Amino acid sequence: MTSVLAELARTFAALSLVSIGGINVLLPDIRHQVVDVHGWMSDAAFAHTFAIASAAPGPNVIVVSLVGWQVAGIAGLAVATLAIMVPPCLLALLAGRVLVRWSGTTAVAVLKAALVPLGLGLMLAAGVTLVRAVDEGAMNLAISAASAAFVVFTRCNPLWALAAGTAASIMALHLL
Amino acid sequence: MQHVDRDAPARPAVGKAELFVGFLKIGLLGFGGVGPQARHIIVEERHWLSDREFAELLGVGQMLPGPNTVNAAVLIGDRFQGPAGVLASLLGMMAMPLLIVTALALVYDRFATLSEVGAGLTGAAAAAAGLVLGTALKMIRNIRLPRVGYLTLALAFVGLAVLRWPLVGVVAVVAPLAIGLTVLGRRW
Repeated sequence: MTSVLAELARTFAALSLVSIGGINVLLPDIRHQVVDVHGWMSDAAFAHTFAIASAAPGPNVIVVSLVGWQVAGIAGLAVATLAIMVPPCLLALLAGRVLVRWSGTTAVAVLKAALVPLGLGLMLAAGVTLVRAVDEGAMNLAISAASAAFVVFTRCNPLWALAAGTAASIMALHLL
Repeated sequence: MQHVDRDAPARPAVGKAELFVGFLKIGLLGFGGVGPQARHIIVEERHWLSDREFAELLGVGQMLPGPNTVNAAVLIGDRFQGPAGVLASLLGMMAMPLLIVTALALVYDRFATLSEVGAGLTGAAAAAAGLVLGTALKMIRNIRLPRVGYLTLALAFVGLAVLRWPLVGVVAVVAPLAIGLTVLGRRW
């Protein structure tokens, strides 16, 4: 048991440090480690785990927590979650402090000014990529377009658009 | 529609309990990705940050390893309350999702075969994708960029969405370009 926990910690801590772009970018590597390298779960069980994690709210890093839980129960969940989160969080804390410490300098001003449009471009691209990734079909496209418009034109909580999209999709199943 | 200058810097005092509760709500309501919900609550509902400040922190978070929104939570927590604020933000954001995901894992087998569940999840995924797109568009509308900024934005978008380069490749190419453009833009 202890050795499994140590392996979980080592595996996810190592993965966490190469996860630039977040967990979705890292998913193939996580699958490779969990299924091929360690044999903690089958391919089907991993796909299953990913589906459950996608249905839950919260940061998608919880897919790693769920892997830990399925491998070694509550201790596994705690170890996997801490391993994937603590190293990047410490790095973010350090980076944030460095930026604040030198906030008066031209270098930091330039860096921030450059990162804002870069980040916006990446987010816009992520939105388009996600819309494309959902099964094609006029219905899904209409749901995506409607929820995008909802965010742009109202100040209401985005959850309303999510609930409406879910309901519309279930209704379409019965009506169309 | 209400017109508020969301580009203006705001610097309210945000306590540890407020951070915890705010991020608890972000985690609990952040279906299909936390980004749109995080922006809604931090910028629009609680006015902790302006759109520009939020974009700055998100931009820094995107350059670092780890989930963007987790990195943003670290930066926001530290900014308002130091390390205790980081802990409050992270615990808040993770608490409900961890409870819910384990509960879902326990009941999943019983519901996974229902066609309503499949249709519902597809609809939710389509809506969540639209939320990310809409949030990006809204931030682009609210943040005034210098002209070279729009060039950077377009390059990053084309690299990731049109050419479909891996994110690390886009960042490696566009980040130095963006910095160069910003320096030129300041000089002229």
